[in-house]
Amino acid sequence: MISLEPHVWSNLMVVALVGVGLGVVRAIRRQRLWREAAGALWRRRRVAIVIVALYVGVGLLDSIAWKGGVPEGVTGVLPNAPLTLIDRAFLDTREASYSAPFADREFYGGRPLRHPGSHWLGTDILGRDVVYMALKGARVALLIGGLTSLIAIPLALLFGVGAGYFGGRFDDVVFFLISTLASMPGLLLLIALIMVMGRSTFSVCIALGVTSWVGFCRLSRAETLKLRELDYVAAARALGVSEPRIVFRHILPNLAHLVVITFVLMFSGLVLSEAVLSWLGIGVDGSWGQMIDGARNELSRDPIIWWNIFAAGTALFGLILSVNAVGDAVRDVLDPRTLREDR
Amino acid sequence: MSALLEVDGLRTCFPSSAGALPVVDDVSFSLGRGETLALVGESGSGKSITALSLLRLVPKPGRVTAGAVRLDGRDLLPLSVGEIRRVRGRRIAMIFQEPMTCLNPVLRVGDQVIEAIRLHERVSVSEARERTRTLFVEVGIPDPEERLSAYPHQLSGGLKQRVMIAMALSTRPEMLIADEPTTALDVTVQAQILELLRKLQRERDTAILLITHDLGIVNELADRVAVMYAGRLVEVAPREALFSDPLHPYTQGLLRSIPGLARPGERLPEIPGVVPPPDQWPTGCRFATRCPKRFDPCADIQPEEIEPARERRVWCHEVERMLAIEGAR
Amino acid sequence: MSASAPEPLLRVVDLQTWYPIRAGLMRRTVGWVQAATDVSLELQAGRTLALVGESGCGKSTVGRSILCLERPQRGEIFFEGRDLLKQSRAGLREARRHLQIVFQDPMASLDPRMRIGDQIAEGVRSFGIVETEREQRIRIGEMLERVQLDPKSMDRYPHEFSGGQRQRICIARALAVDPKLIVCDESVSALDVSIQAQILNLLLDLQQELGLAYLFITHDLSVVRHLAHEVAVMYLGRIVEQGPTERLFEHPAHPYTRSLLAAIPSIDPARRGSAPPVRGDVPSPSHPPEGCHFHPRCPEVMDRCRRERPELYPVEQGCSRCFLSEPGRSD
Repeated sequence: MISLEPHVWSNLMVVALVGVGLGVVRAIRRQRLWREAAGALWRRRRVAIVIVALYVGVGLLDSIAWKGGVPEGVTGVLPNAPLTLIDRAFLDTREASYSAPFADREFYGGRPLRHPGSHWLGTDILGRDVVYMALKGARVALLIGGLTSLIAIPLALLFGVGAGYFGGRFDDVVFFLISTLASMPGLLLLIALIMVMGRSTFSVCIALGVTSWVGFCRLSRAETLKLRELDYVAAARALGVSEPRIVFRHILPNLAHLVVITFVLMFSGLVLSEAVLSWLGIGVDGSWGQMIDGARNELSRDPIIWWNIFAAGTALFGLILSVNAVGDAVRDVLDPRTLREDR
Repeated sequence: MSALLEVDGLRTCFPSSAGALPVVDDVSFSLGRGETLALVGESGSGKSITALSLLRLVPKPGRVTAGAVRLDGRDLLPLSVGEIRRVRGRRIAMIFQEPMTCLNPVLRVGDQVIEAIRLHERVSVSEARERTRTLFVEVGIPDPEERLSAYPHQLSGGLKQRVMIAMALSTRPEMLIADEPTTALDVTVQAQILELLRKLQRERDTAILLITHDLGIVNELADRVAVMYAGRLVEVAPREALFSDPLHPYTQGLLRSIPGLARPGERLPEIPGVVPPPDQWPTGCRFATRCPKRFDPCADIQPEEIEPARERRVWCHEVERMLAIEGAR
Repeated sequence: MSASAPEPLLRVVDLQTWYPIRAGLMRRTVGWVQAATDVSLELQAGRTLALVGESGCGKSTVGRSILCLERPQRGEIFFEGRDLLKQSRAGLREARRHLQIVFQDPMASLDPRMRIGDQIAEGVRSFGIVETEREQRIRIGEMLERVQLDPKSMDRYPHEFSGGQRQRICIARALAVDPKLIVCDESVSALDVSIQAQILNLLLDLQQELGLAYLFITHDLSVVRHLAHEVAVMYLGRIVEQGPTERLFEHPAHPYTRSLLAAIPSIDPARRGSAPPVRGDVPSPSHPPEGCHFHPRCPEVMDRCRRERPELYPVEQGCSRCFLSEPGRSD
């Protein structure tokens, strides 16, 4: 394994993502079915799609990082740490402690701020700009939702389609696995896994992935069982098509709409799960969940400090609501029934 | 004797990107007491929607937009929801094609019929149960007492259809709408159900509006026949007249397409092309593009209704032309 | 059936396909659905054999077993001289290349997410019939033309076609691999009468042009009379009568065949209103009656029928599984 610093991996991931994104766009444009679906989706949920795109944009910007280039006299920054674009945009904005939105004095004590009036949502206990913290949280949330799904969904497909299509012993084993995992209390399993693997983003993603593939596995198994009996699969067999080819050419493409829907819906569930983990103290650093957890103490102060939790809550709400809205529309647009009717 | 049901200029539309499409377009017919009228057509003809329109059961987003449906002189279309509910199931009952999906799988069949009875009449449960048992005997269900507590999945297709018929007749309706009642059944069971419908009609003097695409069933059950194509009526005639002397080219083509009549091994005379979908209906006669007898006016002008003989109605320019020639002689 | 006749294209011997009914935690077999039992038939090249019966008779099972889409317990299926049930996986692929199927439901027969050209090409590709992409496109175009569809429509999706057109696509898909025998499993049952006529004509034309043989599975006897040279009638998994079409229709030997023929609603305006020929419903194939399967519903049942099971006795031109046809009876 090449040993690279984390920020280099991050940069490579951005490049890869952009590449994949362009590839997906090209693939959609070539297949008429998908093109029409994408067009219908855009017409229905323009606002939500734009909002999600903005979040993704912020997350990407927060993933491009390099060392150096820090001007003299800037406080609150480690000398040789890699800084992302978002970091650099908010480079010299550190205060001493709490301050209210748009204030020019500290919240407690009233000492004048270094950058009066420039903190739109105030600063937190360490003097960090709240807007900056909220923007940083986007990357974490997208990673948790996206990366985890990328682990969970292929796992679920592998077992689900395999069990559904080949049946027999394999099906029994998978069924046993699913039942066992489903009967374990998910939260406890998560906590145990994270304790073992450590608290990095990556290990939280894996832990969440392992505990959330069961639902989609059942679904894809059930759908595969149904698809397997359809006439066009029997016709393909009669035409001499090999079994693996049948799975890839006939079964998987007809599951594609389920994959997209599941991905979109899983995403919000996962982000919210991370918030719960943060509340338990084992979440990912810098996530909105952590901001909300920290806000517990702030809300019991007098006068109340509300801007921290407001920022985190709004950011979380905005992303999840938009993703759900898009997911809803995706389900309608990709429903195979609408493809079959020629009313 | 006045007709029991009179349908006058019925039009039912479905919205689409091309505007409102009249899936049922200016359909008029009548049904006398104790009579069986068959509404015949292939898929896309609008026959099922016509039947649903009579009881205002057209699935959204479709709507009846014009015409009148008079039951004993009273127009059903402007009635309130409460009033039409008193007609549905009580004066006009309906049985459907798939008895599998029309019976609730988690309720016993006896209970479902009892519920239907008590919905329309104030009777006690035990009285309704007794009536149900009698009905089961009447529709030929063996071991009726036991079958009252059976679940739908324990019954065969033929038995389920008999239960549906029992349910439909439980309120002694004056009219029964049967939408493809035997299409999902085996041919030997179909023969039994057809005989049952004939018997019940004789005994109870119920009028039947039979929706079907199978001309054999039409010959077995119907007194009069109405043929639909692409939303409009094309021919209405008494049964014998239609089968022995069909006038409209579509009816003629349909009868010739039936394999039972052709010589084995020979090509069947076929009607070329397909039924046009509602958004591609031509101006002029809708059958024109496939009609072997089309000539000048057919493509542009819709044919008007003509009465070439007593009780016969046709919509065809060619028939009109032939009549004019014969009239001139 | 005579010794001097050429080797039939398809010969099925004593086929038995039963489905296990599994129950319980260990999924043990608690019973069997006796879908097809003791089925034997022969089909010559270029001829049509119709397999008729009502639901539960096993005709679809026989068709699928012949195509090795179901696994029979017993029996032999000789196609072009080779026993399909004894082939290895690779051998089977090659052996049944000339054996294709067209299903009943034109909606479920085509993958909704694949272009129809690609679906027609699947067989072509898997058997290596053509070499280049360009040749493949030409062949697909030819197939579409043969079934009277526009070759340029090969890039369209199934939902853009009507039911009758989809059935034509399925026929094109079967034709693309040069079959000798096509199993038509209720291929016209889901179509309107006028479209059905078009498809039947197409099948007749193809038979004359290409010398195709058909195993035509259907419940519609009027279609059978028009299309088939020979008919085999099935009831509850067994063949109960077999013979040339005209003989079967004019002089049916088995009481079930007689009932089936009598039950067809006639379109002769003079004929109507006859009593239904048979009572009761078709029993379930998992619990067939004792003795002759048909005895509970048979209008000519005898005492013997309840206890003993009849064999297939030869009758004039064909055979019938009924004690009334037993040789030696004076009837």
